Amino acid sequence: MTRRIRLIVLGVGIAAFSAAMLLAFTGMPRFGGDVHAYRDAAVAASYGHDTANAVSSINFDQRGFDTFGEETILFCAVVGVAALLRPVHRERRREVSDAGHVLESTGLLVYVLFPLTVVLAVNVVAHGAVTPGGGFQGGVILSTGIHLLYVGGRYSLLRKLRPLGWFQQGEALGVVLFGALGIAGAALGSALFANVIPQGQLSDFISAGTVPLFNVAVGMTVCSSVVVLLASFLDQALAIRAERGNGSGPDPRSGPEEGTAS
Amino acid sequence: MNHYAYFVSVGVMLLGVAGIATSRNLVHTVVCLSVAQSGTYVLLIAVGFQYGGVAPIFGGQVGSRTPVVDPVVQALTLTDIVVSAAVTSMLLALVIQIAKRHRAIDPDRLGRLEG
Repeated sequence: MTRRIRLIVLGVGIAAFSAAMLLAFTGMPRFGGDVHAYRDAAVAASYGHDTANAVSSINFDQRGFDTFGEETILFCAVVGVAALLRPVHRERRREVSDAGHVLESTGLLVYVLFPLTVVLAVNVVAHGAVTPGGGFQGGVILSTGIHLLYVGGRYSLLRKLRPLGWFQQGEALGVVLFGALGIAGAALGSALFANVIPQGQLSDFISAGTVPLFNVAVGMTVCSSVVVLLASFLDQALAIRAERGNGSGPDPRSGPEEGTAS
Repeated sequence: MNHYAYFVSVGVMLLGVAGIATSRNLVHTVVCLSVAQSGTYVLLIAVGFQYGGVAPIFGGQVGSRTPVVDPVVQALTLTDIVVSAAVTSMLLALVIQIAKRHRAIDPDRLGRLEG
């Protein structure tokens, strides 16, 4: 298909899609109106289980099984990336030094922000059922905080503070914990992913039953996933180099080593 | 303009699609896919919006009678973002492999059935 034909097909597709969307939107309820049937049902259910954060209640209580599937997608993607980014033929891993210049202000900022980010992440995960936030958000914040060390120019420090094997196991453990909590709901209560723990008082720190536990499991998985993902990509950018010359056949030195072996 | 936000979402999505179709760089293609997916976030959040509604976090001043925006679509958006991140990372890893094997990341320069 030449470029010209492709553009024509694109134009026809965009025109047809726009027309269909225009038709659909004119038949939709008014924007910003006050009729939200799902909202009313979800808020009632959220109140029923004393969960202050309705979004957390929907994610981990009302449709916990869906979230389990979502977490599995993330897990599989990380496994896929780790498999794709192993060192291949004629590649070797080299030692990365901390050479290079980093502005002093950047270094200072990293030292100030690193502990703050970690504390913020723990806070966001722990209060996931009470305030805005939760496992997904907190996990991403935590992994970002860990990678601030790389921004500060300390790749070797990042590698020391980030034992990759632990994160690989932490990721799997998070998924297992999530599934186990769901099965516990089936064993102790009425249904899979049922909220079996007493829910306490709305907007107390200990409230909402199983929702905080799910938050911790998801936070673990998401943080470990992002760490493993970024480790694979950083490894590609910094540590893995193609062998010089065009030697044929696999190189005995290029086997999987620490880090990407899974 | 009553459906303004809906049109914005479609516009963002179509920009992403156009970018994918005209892309000359596979990394650019992956980023365009993310842009197209961002249109769905705008659509979902717009569907749940209500004038005067507050964030669906209860307690304190927000009770069961207070109008809140729809938390269901917000939860769906969260799912959407996670899936988008997973897809993007997977595709970028594939692009790295393609770049290694073919020394080219222009989709037009890759052979048939390989792009």
